[in-house]
Amino acid sequence: MTDTCVTFADLTLGYSSHAAVHHLSGALARGSLTAIVGANGSGKSTLLKGIAGILAPLSGRVEIAAGARVAYLAQRSEIDLHFPAQVRDLVSLGLWQRRGLFGRISADDKARVGAAIDAVGLAGFEDRDLDTLSGGQLQRALFARVIVQDADLILLDEPFNHVDAKTVADLLRLVRAWSAQGRTVVVVAHDLDLVRAAFPLTLLLARRPIAWGPTAEALSEANLRAASHFSEAWRDDAPWCEPGPGHDQHDHDDHDHHHDHHRGAAA
Amino acid sequence: MSLYALLIEPFAQYGFMQRALGGLALLSLSSCPVGVFLMLRRMSLAGDAMAHAVLPGVAVGFLLYGLEIVPMTIGGLFAGALVAAGAGAVSRYTAQREDASMAAFYLISLAAGVTIISLRGSPIDLMQVLFGSVLSLDDAALALLAFNLAATAVLMIVFWRALVAECLDPLFLRSVGGPGGVAHFVFLALVVLNLVGGFQALGTLLCVGLMILPAAAARFWTSRLTTMIAIAIAIGMASSAAGLLVSYHTALPSGPAIVLCAGVAYLVSLAAAPRGALMTRLRPHRHRTA
Repeated sequence: MTDTCVTFADLTLGYSSHAAVHHLSGALARGSLTAIVGANGSGKSTLLKGIAGILAPLSGRVEIAAGARVAYLAQRSEIDLHFPAQVRDLVSLGLWQRRGLFGRISADDKARVGAAIDAVGLAGFEDRDLDTLSGGQLQRALFARVIVQDADLILLDEPFNHVDAKTVADLLRLVRAWSAQGRTVVVVAHDLDLVRAAFPLTLLLARRPIAWGPTAEALSEANLRAASHFSEAWRDDAPWCEPGPGHDQHDHDDHDHHHDHHRGAAA
Repeated sequence: MSLYALLIEPFAQYGFMQRALGGLALLSLSSCPVGVFLMLRRMSLAGDAMAHAVLPGVAVGFLLYGLEIVPMTIGGLFAGALVAAGAGAVSRYTAQREDASMAAFYLISLAAGVTIISLRGSPIDLMQVLFGSVLSLDDAALALLAFNLAATAVLMIVFWRALVAECLDPLFLRSVGGPGGVAHFVFLALVVLNLVGGFQALGTLLCVGLMILPAAAARFWTSRLTTMIAIAIAIGMASSAAGLLVSYHTALPSGPAIVLCAGVAYLVSLAAAPRGALMTRLRPHRHRTA
């Protein structure tokens, strides 16, 4: 099991007992590079939150390899850009896992922050106020924070939204470099061409897993069509999911979707 | 009137003025930084509401022991903590937002506090509790302000990183297992502590003025957090001294005079500071190429 970074065991995630990710089982291999694809409301962000430990499962488990450090980059709307902070402060947050509340920030740490800012092409922007950055510059700064976090598992939620082509190319280079360094990377993305070009593995979600495996197979016509047939709205009167005696006996007729408890294959 | 007689003599000559100035300096040092975080967390009005919430506790202390600082302080701390926790719980466990629950709690608190004081006290007592009596700070009150400053400084230094991270990117803090919830609770405790610390000097209604106005003014001068805190403290202290002098020379009540001076500092900053309304409009029409 040493080559596995994340394991999903019949994982169901959701909000107020409505499932947003339904019965996911499988594993992410250490060093794998996976895209999560699906329509709005298909559970992509929810799954990342579940892996990051921000959202507790409704049932089942997420297991992260012992000792693995996790970096999670949420969609950008969560940051208070009007807080009086500069690029260097934002990137320095990445030191938290090493230094915590009290640990001294060493000269070495400061050098790492500086190097990360250089690596994302923001040299000279260290003292810029956050509310003066463009969308692409902010995303670069957040990638610099991920670099500083020096994590074994990197979770990026729609990192390529609202950034221009040059920035996407630069950020993608960083993602590839992390993967090449043996880090496990999971990226939520919408652009299927980009996913096909850059990600060896894809998990296609429509609240339940539709397909999970090599990108070309996962994103087949049939799978994409299957993924597009799901109702985005929660139904207040949706029937309760009652697990049968075995894990694979969920095929109740009153469900609004099939339960094929997908087991993901991580190459 | 000489400059000495105008600015120095009142403090040099009268012990009560020295005590007032010392007490307000201690209060500025502790409550202005708290005010900066209150403003940055968009909780300025919540701070105002919590200042009202302190009142019934203070009133119960007054009812039982008269105008004694220690029981009134303990009562205020208790009531402030109760309302902060209550409003937080209502917003967490029901669909009601924190602003509505906070408003509900503070209105109840204000009415209850005034009623309790009127059971025993005179209108003068009520005025003193609501608007303070900075010119009658005794040793116990000064010791309390010093203790308040020490506690605020320790908590703020210990939780500094968490407070900043919780304001800047709360979701990130949660994702790395940081103490975001603890930081929020500690912060609310700091607000209550400083409101209660300030009520003897400025009263339960006005003490929030020395917390919020200098912070709001400082926001117009800088985009650096530590500089902002330093400026807020400086404005708080200067407003305190100026307010005491105005009150001394014109026989106006001291609490309102101090808060009005802080208000003037706010309006001047709004107009004249680099990030204020006027200066951002009056920037030269020239622009740089990049």
